[in-house]
Amino acid sequence: MKIKNDVKKLMLTVSLVGLLLFLAACGSAEPEVITVVETVEVEKEVPVEVEVEVTRQVETEVEVEVTRQVEVAAEQVDIRFMGELPIDASVVMEDLLDRFESENPDINVILDNVPLSTIMESLPLQLQTGDGPDIAKVTDIGGLSEYYLDMRPYLTDPGYWEENMQTTINATNPDGLDEINGIYSDVTVTGPFINRTLFEQAGVAVPSDTSDEVTWEEWAEAARQVRDATGVDYAMAMDRSGHRFAGPAVSQGAQFFNEEGYPTIDDEGFRRMAQLMIDWHADGTMPLDVWAGGDSYQDARAEFVNSNLVLYMTGNWQIGPFTDQIGDAFDWEAVPNPCGPAACSGMPGGSVIVGIAATQYPEQVTRLMEFLAAEENYGEWAARANYIPQHEGLIESGIAYETDLPQALNAYTVFGNQTSKLAPLTYELQGYKYNSLLFNSIRDRLTQAIVGELSLDEAIERIQADVDEGLAATGE
Amino acid sequence: MSETITQKPKKIPQLLLLPITGLLHLLMNISDLFMDFIQRRVGIQGMAYIFVLPNMVFFAMFSLLPLLINFYYAFTGGVKPLPQDRFPVGTGNFDILLECGNYLDPNSCRADLFWRGLQNTIWYVIFEVGAILIFSVLTAVILNQNIKGRGFFRSVFFYPTLLSSVVIALLWKWILQREGILNASLTPFGFEPINFLLDANWSRFWVIFIGVWAKVGFYTLIVLAGLQAIPNTLYEAAKIDGAGRGASFRHITLPLLKPSLIVVLVLTFIRAVQVFDHVFVMTGGGPGTATQYIVQYIYNIGFATSLQNFGLAAAASILLGLILVILTIIQMRVTGSGEE
Repeated sequence: MKIKNDVKKLMLTVSLVGLLLFLAACGSAEPEVITVVETVEVEKEVPVEVEVEVTRQVETEVEVEVTRQVEVAAEQVDIRFMGELPIDASVVMEDLLDRFESENPDINVILDNVPLSTIMESLPLQLQTGDGPDIAKVTDIGGLSEYYLDMRPYLTDPGYWEENMQTTINATNPDGLDEINGIYSDVTVTGPFINRTLFEQAGVAVPSDTSDEVTWEEWAEAARQVRDATGVDYAMAMDRSGHRFAGPAVSQGAQFFNEEGYPTIDDEGFRRMAQLMIDWHADGTMPLDVWAGGDSYQDARAEFVNSNLVLYMTGNWQIGPFTDQIGDAFDWEAVPNPCGPAACSGMPGGSVIVGIAATQYPEQVTRLMEFLAAEENYGEWAARANYIPQHEGLIESGIAYETDLPQALNAYTVFGNQTSKLAPLTYELQGYKYNSLLFNSIRDRLTQAIVGELSLDEAIERIQADVDEGLAATGE
Repeated sequence: MSETITQKPKKIPQLLLLPITGLLHLLMNISDLFMDFIQRRVGIQGMAYIFVLPNMVFFAMFSLLPLLINFYYAFTGGVKPLPQDRFPVGTGNFDILLECGNYLDPNSCRADLFWRGLQNTIWYVIFEVGAILIFSVLTAVILNQNIKGRGFFRSVFFYPTLLSSVVIALLWKWILQREGILNASLTPFGFEPINFLLDANWSRFWVIFIGVWAKVGFYTLIVLAGLQAIPNTLYEAAKIDGAGRGASFRHITLPLLKPSLIVVLVLTFIRAVQVFDHVFVMTGGGPGTATQYIVQYIYNIGFATSLQNFGLAAAASILLGLILVILTIIQMRVTGSGEE
């Protein structure tokens, strides 16, 4: 034990000696100080004049201190933009942002292109905790309105926004405020597409060729005949979404709100449309794959693109993908919304690009939004991304969409005409702050009714209970 | 004639090595002094706690604290995530979950999806745990024999364990969907294509089957290790006494495998109750709610809706935890391992 302790002491001594040697080696004579003034370029070519003080050591070690002078240009800030952008749209947005950055070297925009589920599930949490991006592209326009930045104090010309984008101002202010929060990325309208080639192959007349007001039942019958004649798998499909269901339900007479403006479900119109959905799934008119599979939004785009579906109830946002993926491989066509006893309506919708109130850079965010809202840039965005803008000037002058495909141009015209035919109730429903609560419950409970877990009565009862409990949880 | 050039490895200068070693020793000595000081204060027994302290700090931060916050959320309401924005509701969230006309009929319950999830989970646990127990023992017994390619077969059975749940789910989704490989293989023999993932019974069967397929390799290894620990002499003695293979299995293998089987039972049980990932990717809980299990219910209600009901989700997770504790205690009593 003693030997061990001695060794330990010896080691300690050697260590200390070594350390002293090391420290001695690090010691130096008085440093020679040289002051140089030169111009260097830092961070995206912002010229900065700096004073460089070089302290030269005896051997090789050089210590450099950089002191920024007072006349340094304004610091560059990072603006984070979160949104779900399809590939085509993201290319256009990146072009626009590159141009903005070159005109505004003090702003660096970081585009976070994320899945829609992130926008729907994570973004609300981030906003509630005061975190999140500076700008976001959101679809729950009314539901997240309390987190939007009022850009009015920073705008150079609020009149331009009021004149051209009053509908956007109304949509982002469901509580009746007069804030200017952002622009519509794309105005959407729901409606059906048909595969005309299949109708022709089947020798079945397209119902909308001879009538302006074709009912849902008439379309279903025609689609079934086409399916049977051509041997394709599906007659009709509708995106698995309460929003997509709402337009046809309003057409059947659903009211959605009582006299006090409280959401109510159980009426004849809602029942009629819900029963049609259940029946169409039971008799094979609609595929179970869309409404019974999965736990959230599902579409039937692949089936339509593969010419395996006769009629597809979706919306104008499919024009771009159909143009790319179908092109002129077969005749696809947008047709007016089918009718019920009350209306022939789809649903309005879309997403807005808004500033977020928690941003540290409201002035810079506003500058970017002004750039995106400028008629020239907004028009380019709409034309290249194949979107319908919400801008009076652009609507009046027309959008030069970057396609000469007749099917696509025809679809733009059909959907453009549909916007004026939407039932007023659909705008009220779309503007309702908690419409996602309603739509999600309709989607999930109707699915349960379709697969036989609930009767229609039970499903309607459950939707009302979900809405009641959800609203109770919000304190409203 | 070629010339061989040998390079001597560069030596670290002694002058540089010495101070580094010295510094290290100095630090160790300082550390020694520090630990001596603590040991004098807390005693040698107390040092054990000092050594586990860093781990306990992490445990407290990332497990205990969230658990306590979860309790707080379970007794509060609102849709805001920050604790200061929430209001107390007493046992309101538990009342919603437990209000039922008939606990065996989810439709009679206020939180019907919670009870559907619970029922589905119970069935899942029963079938998956049972199947894993049986198949892991069978596979281990076979792989313990002196068969050709034993190493290869052991790898084959273990291989799915190395895959992530998402990969497994996507793989099987491609196999099982309407235009998938399985239907494509069956239709030439005159079978009608089946929507395996859109039929409630088929989808229930497949999620259990895939759960067993993915995990059985791991549990087989545990049982195999247990089998290899049984002395061969016992079997030889039994053989001399005239015992057949079946009798040897019943009276030697199974009793001596009991510790391994208890490990398998407890692990499979806990993992089965937590089932979520592969099912969520494969069926999303559908068709309808046929494969929606309790963890997905908690996820949906707390995170996947536009108005997140954290209070209800927290209350459901507490109930789930309670159920797990009760069932684990019962399991320990039944298997007798509690006394051991």
